[in-house]
Amino acid sequence: MDLLIQIIFGLLSALIIGAAMMVVTVRNVIHAALWLIASFFGVAALYLTLEAEFIAVVQVLVYVGAISILVLFAIMLTRSSEGERLLTQHWWAAAIISLGLFGAVLLPTLVGHHWNLPLPTGPAGTPESLAGVEELGRGFVNEFLIQFEVAGILLTVALIGAIVIAFEERSRRRRVLTLSEEHILRQRQQATATAAQAALVTADAAD
Amino acid sequence: MTRAIPLEAVLVVAAALFCIGLFGALSRRNLVGVLMGVELMLNSVNINLVAFWRYLEPRFITGPTFAIFIITVAAAEAAVGLAMIIAIYRSWLTVNIDSVDSLKG
Repeated sequence: MDLLIQIIFGLLSALIIGAAMMVVTVRNVIHAALWLIASFFGVAALYLTLEAEFIAVVQVLVYVGAISILVLFAIMLTRSSEGERLLTQHWWAAAIISLGLFGAVLLPTLVGHHWNLPLPTGPAGTPESLAGVEELGRGFVNEFLIQFEVAGILLTVALIGAIVIAFEERSRRRRVLTLSEEHILRQRQQATATAAQAALVTADAAD
Repeated sequence: MTRAIPLEAVLVVAAALFCIGLFGALSRRNLVGVLMGVELMLNSVNINLVAFWRYLEPRFITGPTFAIFIITVAAAEAAVGLAMIIAIYRSWLTVNIDSVDSLKG
């Protein structure tokens, strides 16, 4: 049983880390967004192995369902022509900072620190009593009521702010061509191009 | 679960995810890529919170509550950030961070 859990944990960590590496290194932004979804799924499964079922469901709903769709829509709306360079000029500084943070600060601290873990109570093999969704709901209406309300206000303000920022007045709106109009435009361009080529050929023949 | 996997393993995975997200946020040229890096970092913090809750205080709900608040803030941040990206694209016709430098001194 322990071995199975360890194997599952190893696979999930490999999925999370590998997908995250693909997110930051892959050239195509849409592929990066798809790898981001894979990473989110891995994190949700990690929550399941940590026995936080509600957080796992929320992760799938909010991150996979909402945020990645938002990211994909932003990619589609901005039609990015990224050019030949994927990273900024000073990407090596960013690499040094993040590698140094991981190798010199986080890893020694995490491994060297002695965690004062509480010993499991009760006879071995019995499941521990975990705080579940019921306690979570009670907490939201008792202890964490103010924070809950503040989070609601934050979401409302963020929604209004997003609409205000992304809103464009009708007079300034650029007209987007429909598919048929684009097709006609392309046909006209091709016709002029072939006409120019034909003129060039006749000029060559005259010479 | 807590016997099979030590707490350090989960924390190291979260730290690696944080550093990858930091690298992405600092070095991607595309604004949407930067936002994806920030999302990875928020995810790693959430893993930390849930792991600490599970290993240290499994009877109290403070850890999941914090995780849910962070998910809320991440959703708000993503909505506002992507709206800003769309506004930037509209006026600059690009989403590369090194072309948007009018605030540079």
